[in-house]
Amino acid sequence: MIDRDMNKLNNPYNDDKVISACSLFGMMDVSGKVFSGKDIIRAIANMHVRSNGLGGGFAVYGLYPRYADYYAFHLMYMNKQARTETEDLLKENFHMVLAEEIPVNPCIAVSNAPGLWRYFLEPEAASLNGRPADDFVIEKVMQINTCIEGAFVFSSGKNMGVFKGAAYPEDIASYFRLEEYAGYLWTAHGRFPTNTPGWWGGAHPFNILDWTVVHNGEISSYGINRRYLEMFGYACTLQTDTEVIAYAVDLLMRRHKLPLEAAVSVLAPAFWEEIERMPAAKQELHRALRTVYGSLLLNGPFTVIIARQGEMMGLTDRIRLRPLTAATRGDMFFLSSEESAIRLVCPELDRAWIPMGGEPVIARLGGTKVVAEGAVAAAKGAC
Amino acid sequence: MKTYLPNRFIVERDPARCIQCEVCVNQCSFDVNYRDADEDEVRSREENCVGCHRCVLFCPTRALNIRRTPLDYRENANWRPEIIEDIIRQAESGGILLTGMGTDKAHPIYWDRLVLNASQVTNPSIDPLREPMELRTYLGRKPDSLTVEPGSLALKTKLAPQVAIEVPILFSALSYGAVSINVHKSLARAATEMGTLFNTGEGGLHRKLYKYGANTICQVASGRFGVHPDYLNVGRILEIKIGQGAKPGIGGHLPGEKVSAEVAATRMIPKGTDALSPAPQHDIYSIEDLAQLISALKEATNYTKPVSVKIAAVHNAAAIASGIARAGADIIALDGIRGATGAAPKIIRDNVGIPIELAIAAVDTRLRQEGIRNQVSLIAAGGIRNSGDVIKAIALGADAVYIGTAALVALGCTVCQQCHTGKCAWGICTSDLRLTKRINPDIGAQRLVNLLRGWSLEIKEMLGGMGVNALESLRGNRLHLRGVGLTDTELEILGVKMAGA
Ligand code: SF4
Ligand code: SF4
Repeated sequence: MIDRDMNKLNNPYNDDKVISACSLFGMMDVSGKVFSGKDIIRAIANMHVRSNGLGGGFAVYGLYPRYADYYAFHLMYMNKQARTETEDLLKENFHMVLAEEIPVNPCIAVSNAPGLWRYFLEPEAASLNGRPADDFVIEKVMQINTCIEGAFVFSSGKNMGVFKGAAYPEDIASYFRLEEYAGYLWTAHGRFPTNTPGWWGGAHPFNILDWTVVHNGEISSYGINRRYLEMFGYACTLQTDTEVIAYAVDLLMRRHKLPLEAAVSVLAPAFWEEIERMPAAKQELHRALRTVYGSLLLNGPFTVIIARQGEMMGLTDRIRLRPLTAATRGDMFFLSSEESAIRLVCPELDRAWIPMGGEPVIARLGGTKVVAEGAVAAAKGAC
Repeated sequence: MKTYLPNRFIVERDPARCIQCEVCVNQCSFDVNYRDADEDEVRSREENCVGCHRCVLFCPTRALNIRRTPLDYRENANWRPEIIEDIIRQAESGGILLTGMGTDKAHPIYWDRLVLNASQVTNPSIDPLREPMELRTYLGRKPDSLTVEPGSLALKTKLAPQVAIEVPILFSALSYGAVSINVHKSLARAATEMGTLFNTGEGGLHRKLYKYGANTICQVASGRFGVHPDYLNVGRILEIKIGQGAKPGIGGHLPGEKVSAEVAATRMIPKGTDALSPAPQHDIYSIEDLAQLISALKEATNYTKPVSVKIAAVHNAAAIASGIARAGADIIALDGIRGATGAAPKIIRDNVGIPIELAIAAVDTRLRQEGIRNQVSLIAAGGIRNSGDVIKAIALGADAVYIGTAALVALGCTVCQQCHTGKCAWGICTSDLRLTKRINPDIGAQRLVNLLRGWSLEIKEMLGGMGVNALESLRGNRLHLRGVGLTDTELEILGVKMAGA
């Protein structure tokens, strides 16, 4: 029997979008050294009251070095049949290196936990038929999420993974035994949804390929962001604004190949007045970005931490209606909704600051330390 | 023939206030008020009164009032007074009944059935007095994507010509000849001051107004009046007029009396001759012909100007719009059934076309389904009455709107629907020099600027209330709309949910 109970649906009341407020945390060792989840769990737990127990999650990069070349799929199953159908589909299209149940700690009290499995996959050359593997993987993820009742891919990148569910983030961490994992880049999310009874798939981070997004806010431009993305074949099945952010980034950076700085200027563009004051070439670029991609402007209060392999970025809306603090200590780079959470795990900081609205803070792997880039040099409205 | 038409209005003159100054005699262009020589008293030929209120507002002692004649027919839902009187008028004239302005029929006004959203608790509303609030809009064709060089961030894509407007409201096509030069001047100056555009309509542009070219949309219509290389090159946008909401499917007729020497020179026709615009453009019998005219105009202006195509909103507007986009147009202007005109057959004005709200929704949806919405800008026209209508049009999917009637009302028009008579007492829709001087372009421009300023302040407040600070975040964002009192089918076409859902 297909299970459609309210606890297993995102946005069950068909609201315009899922509305939630949240706590965010991100930490990265830009030298690439891996570290356990211990600190980020403490940090996100420190912001307990910013979430309400209906969603928590983590993304970890550098997670599966042994299988670094394979797409790591994390799946939620609401029933047995969903697993059978999904595995059939995966076997048909991929070479499956490993399939296993994600280890959990059954002593942790969480409700409505689905079946949790992971697979390491390589697309069959025959199924690819010359197409880029990433496009193929996206298509299969969408296919599973929209066509197989009760199955949901919540992580699909290489050498990274998302762990999430409908509980406080610290409980999710214990449930998934995250202290036992190591990565060089972690992001975490505690969620306060106003209209979801707690479907595990609705928690953050939201993921597609190796992109993850954790998000605090409500995108008031959601309606048009979504309609614009639909023109490019993205089906926004989850009806959440976070999903829209992930697809927007995928469209801009992977498909349209825009550099991160340009993509950021689409999501949180400079005001026209500021654009008028830029030097000619820059002005032309920013004007063109806004003119062409105006429908992807993320309007309304938000803070996001967007990560992919080797890179983590924090960004707020252009008048900064949601909080974000950035900090550095040696090779460590932190992003958080509250500075206190950073100080908890790293009391001594080289630098801690509140980035300007719409101005991305970016950390990249490699020789360079943290790059705090002002894609928009001028100060934004609210400081 | 004795007329069987009753008087429409009563001109009430309060004898205690009237000082016999004859202002009303001079102001009335419909030959109503006169001095009765025998009685030496100002009187009224009420049968001529059209209810335009010119005399009422200019009477220095406010001695006048105009009232509807309370003449009752026996009640009949079918044979209503207007229908009876139209038949009488036709029985006495034997012709097509002409009228002016937009339809006065009660076609559903969907603006009034759509309500807007506002932020509460989960996101803050934005106060436009404290935070930037952006209304700027770029009209023109947009590419599907941009190419930006990594590292140097150099823009590699060359954009088609884009025209910025600071308020998403343009002045609709009002042709010189139909309206006076002073009206054109008022519109041009107001558009310039507000950073928007006015549309010449199909009568060309008077040389004196060439200096406002950067804020002008030059129209090319079926009569090709006043179209020459200078005209094409002086404007900012070119617009091919295929149809008009008030009279889809038919042409136009400017009577010879309105073709003064100046109008004649501008339109490039002999003075005093009727200016007849054919119903179709005779070089456009099909979509590929349109494509040719579009590229001819682009070629003639060296690809420096976006080309707009204006159509009346009709049943297949969505499919037609898709064809227009593919034919190379950069802008599509849609004019709904409530759009106005200087003169049109009443039966066509009142019965042909579809409401603009449904047309915007259908066209925007179709262009998105086909993945070509970004290739064109969409301008909606036909019955935009206030800033609420503007913002709803944009939320449904328009980039900007045209206003015609609202602009004329700002200049004094009282929507008396006599534009076709050439006697407009407000000096708007006439070329009678005695009347046209009633519009002072300085004051006219000021009134129009005030109107646009007021509307844009209101739009900013509403945008801020919805929690967005840039107009592009509302464009096509139908989640900020809800319907009240609409059927499922209407909601589906509009792409909005019912209020409460
Ligand atoms: S000015 Fe207008 S309202 Fe006054 S009498 Fe003449 S037609 Fe009637
Ligand atoms: S433009 Fe003049 S004639 Fe036409 S409706 Fe307005 S006031 Fe009446």
